[in-house]
Amino acid sequence: MLKGFNRLFAWMAVVLPAGGALAQEKGPERWGVNMPRGVTEVAQTTYDLHMLIFWICVAIGVLVFSVMFYSMWRHRKSRGYKAAQFHESTAVELVWTIIPVVILVLMAIPATKTLYDIYDTEEADLDVMITGYQWKWKYDYLGADVSFFSNLSTPRAEIDNLLPKNPHYLLEVDEPVVLPVGKKVRFLITANDVIHAWWVPDLAVKKDAIPGFINEAWTRIDEPGIYRGQCAELCGKDHGFMPIVVKAVPQEEYDQWLQQREAEAAKIRELTNKNFTFDELIARGKEVYNRNCAACHQANGQGVPSTFPAIAGSAIATGPIGQHLSIVVAGSPKNPAMQAFGQQLPEADIAAVITYQRNAFGNDMGDTVQPIDILKFKNNQQ
Amino acid sequence: MAQGPKPGLSRWLYTTNHKDIGTMYLWFSFAMFLLGGCMALVIRAELFEPGLQIVQPEFFNQMTTMHGLIMVFGAVMPAFVGLANWMIPLMIGAPDMALPRMNNWSFWILPFAFAMLASTLFMEGGAPNFGWTFYAPLSTEYAPPSVTFFIFAIHIMGASSIMGAINIVATILNMRAPGMTLMKMPLFVWTWLITAYLLIAVMPVLAGVVTMMLMDIHFGTSFFSAAGGGDPLLFQHIFWFFGHPEVYIMILPAFGIVSAIIPTFARKPLFGYSSMVYATASIAFLSFIVWAHHMFTVGMPITGELFFMYATMLIAVPTGVKVFNWVSTMFRGSMTFETPMLFAVAFVILFTIGGFSGLMLAIAPADFQYHDTYFVVAHFHYVLVPGAIFSITAGVYYWLPKWTGHMYNETMGKVHFWLSFIGLNLTFFPMHFVGLAGMPRRIPDYALQFADFNQIASVGAFLFGASQLVFLFNVIRTIKGGKKATDEVWDNPQGLEWTVPSPAPYHTFSTPPAVR
Amino acid sequence: MIGSDNARVTARLMALSVGMLAFALFVMPPLYDAFCEVTGLNGKTGARYEAVPAGVNRERLVTVQFVTSNNKGMPWHFRPGVVSVKVHPGEAMDAVFLADNPTGKTMVGQAIPSVVPFNAAQYFHKTECFCFNQQTLAAGESAELPLRFIVDPDLPASVNTITLSYTLFDVTERASINREFENKNEPEREG
Repeated sequence: MLKGFNRLFAWMAVVLPAGGALAQEKGPERWGVNMPRGVTEVAQTTYDLHMLIFWICVAIGVLVFSVMFYSMWRHRKSRGYKAAQFHESTAVELVWTIIPVVILVLMAIPATKTLYDIYDTEEADLDVMITGYQWKWKYDYLGADVSFFSNLSTPRAEIDNLLPKNPHYLLEVDEPVVLPVGKKVRFLITANDVIHAWWVPDLAVKKDAIPGFINEAWTRIDEPGIYRGQCAELCGKDHGFMPIVVKAVPQEEYDQWLQQREAEAAKIRELTNKNFTFDELIARGKEVYNRNCAACHQANGQGVPSTFPAIAGSAIATGPIGQHLSIVVAGSPKNPAMQAFGQQLPEADIAAVITYQRNAFGNDMGDTVQPIDILKFKNNQQ
Repeated sequence: MAQGPKPGLSRWLYTTNHKDIGTMYLWFSFAMFLLGGCMALVIRAELFEPGLQIVQPEFFNQMTTMHGLIMVFGAVMPAFVGLANWMIPLMIGAPDMALPRMNNWSFWILPFAFAMLASTLFMEGGAPNFGWTFYAPLSTEYAPPSVTFFIFAIHIMGASSIMGAINIVATILNMRAPGMTLMKMPLFVWTWLITAYLLIAVMPVLAGVVTMMLMDIHFGTSFFSAAGGGDPLLFQHIFWFFGHPEVYIMILPAFGIVSAIIPTFARKPLFGYSSMVYATASIAFLSFIVWAHHMFTVGMPITGELFFMYATMLIAVPTGVKVFNWVSTMFRGSMTFETPMLFAVAFVILFTIGGFSGLMLAIAPADFQYHDTYFVVAHFHYVLVPGAIFSITAGVYYWLPKWTGHMYNETMGKVHFWLSFIGLNLTFFPMHFVGLAGMPRRIPDYALQFADFNQIASVGAFLFGASQLVFLFNVIRTIKGGKKATDEVWDNPQGLEWTVPSPAPYHTFSTPPAVR
Repeated sequence: MIGSDNARVTARLMALSVGMLAFALFVMPPLYDAFCEVTGLNGKTGARYEAVPAGVNRERLVTVQFVTSNNKGMPWHFRPGVVSVKVHPGEAMDAVFLADNPTGKTMVGQAIPSVVPFNAAQYFHKTECFCFNQQTLAAGESAELPLRFIVDPDLPASVNTITLSYTLFDVTERASINREFENKNEPEREG
């Protein structure tokens, strides 16, 4: 019965213009009117629960409103209808107290069962720690040397309407979190600064990330694919710009990816000892800047008046290099919005971005910073 | 010793007359409604299409925050207090409110509170940008400097509400005409009595929570910071301990208004008066034990989650009783559909829809998908706009002839209704869809698949906003003149307010009326 | 007569509102903490554990997993000595966490523990923990921070893995404010 209703609903969605709300392809679907069915057992149970409650509400609504509309149509003064004078009935009151209670109990049973499923985080095959930052996510694969930040990768020009928007506008990142299909993955969720919430509708996982505390959730993805979500708790300026992309792949592919990431991590550490040319630093720095700094200081280095200071012509970017290193590596002691990037970015990236900031936006300081300087600075900060 | 009003401005500054103060509350509330509405239009304009066009995210967050605060504390609550001031003494046969001087004070501190709140828009670092729920640590460690002004503004608003509530309780308990027993009181008086108790119980909690924020920000305590042994979740628990009863503060008086209007235009007594009273009381009671349903995703032990889920679902029972009672009141009545009735009927339908989405949200596992999406935005706008705002509008149309002595323009009233009704549904119904499809709330820009419904919502919002100007025009015209209203105004309405002349003289019930 | 009734009602309601304010300010925070400790809400593990649970359950092995994170700008390196240990309920177990301060200044850190699953929090007893105190590290200094814990034999059978998370906060400023405050109160002690 319920399945039939669901099909009806799906059909209704399809006949809407541009249709296909519940179609199989994973691209963005216009005119989508309903929750995704999801790709995990929990997501599908949740979806069924949602539809069950929805149809119960529709049924009650139809009942109540048809009595109401009937009476609005029949019992009108203009039709000469004379008002009855009844105004109470304990029996009727009892009936419409007890029946709803019964319906509620019927709703509560499947809801409770689903909730127990969602809370069963035991015996996970893989643990991933998720940390919310203003305004990006960090993923740590516990037990592996893999840890990375995942930033919005939509070009600023698309947001500012200078370029046409691509199909995954605002739902794309530079580094998706990669998970194996068919495995129970446990998420340990926390935050670095304010409260965030990690949400991927297709997995039906939404959990708040709270600074200082840890939360857990789990998923077992059935189908390989790319699943997109967003931060769901207001976390400041760029709350709308910290998406989540989950890439679910078969186990072998996952293993390969993990190995490759571990190798890359080792390579990045080696970069610390490399001597970069000015041009290399600027090129790398621009990329790092746009990914990590432009959200606040803006791509043109002008900042936002009275909220985020400009880099162009700033006392720090055009002053002694030590101060510049200090604020990027250790953050600003006065303004919590300026994070400490010392542990978020590899030395090579920090060196590059500082060099870039000192030479872009008309700053033209002409000096460079090498990765090794960053390491020395970190270990011997004055 | 009946005196007329003082001339000029001093009439309004020094007045202790419940009708004058009620009028001021209502005008103040309408002004705030327009201000908060303009902010909503900024939000909707930005969301008209994907990309950043009109405002930057920083300012967008200030708009959502200020819109929420102004609508809740500036528009809805003062409007109900205004109606209470005007109507409660008239309904219970009292000459005035119990504490007229305090009444003056509770109104006159409000403009200062909101001036202070609005002034933050022009401050360095901008206005509060952390949402009307101001979750720590975004509202403490990471807040703009203007947060201190926000805190003091909340303190003043709280003081105003508490004084207003004390006044209403004292009036209802002490000033009823002889023979007006509690169970003979009109439902509007009953719902307000219960609301006033809720206000007295929870506004101090709100004051407490902002005080803790103040201490954390300026005096080095750490109520909400884990670093010093505090907990950001403590904030949410205290806030919603205030916040959930607050939601009912904004809807219970609406129940009262609708329960006055529907019997009048159905020409039939209200069905189940006493069950209405008990339902209101049980909703008020339940409101204290369901707060954590706003926090299903914060990570609670499963027993907590289940408790709050079951308790929340229970609220559907008394709320359902109310809806069934209204429908039964209409059933086999002899109905006409003047503007107040249209708004009241729309209230019943649309509030019920808001109630259904509320029931869906109560189901914790499903809430994991709904939480903090536009589905929630759709839900609470369905209970607040056609709930609170429509009932206030209905009440204004219903009692305006009594206040001014003139009939409002019925055609214009109907135009206002239909424009509002269409605008409102265009605005908020599509929000259910985008929410379910995955659009989080409080975002200044969104993915492409949400574009179509957002465009519809934005068009609807401007229609709804514009239709309120029709309302303003109609009200001003009615004050200035128009067809004379009879003392009864409507077709044999029940209640003492219809026994005094139209317009209601400056002083009424100087000698208490006889109540059958 | 109505006047005195009004005064009485007003006084009572005023008292109620003042009472609610006091309730919010002085009762809710400690009540919440007590509630957290009893229910494990938010994974709080409570203060130092003094009692010794009866007996060690050799039949059962529970995995205790350690994770760490740094709050905001905290520049210290902070990590668990081992990522996880297996422990019999009832048995005291030691673990260390490694911290070093790579900066050029003396800093004070405070670690905040949190345990999942929540229903395990109240069964995770710390008899010794660096998190009970603030940690001061001089420039370039490193330290091994000790933890000794016992998993209660009453741990629900459904729990096989306990994850203990420490978040390290930079409390240098907070600590210095407190020290100044203490110095002000006891001005003559040193000199």
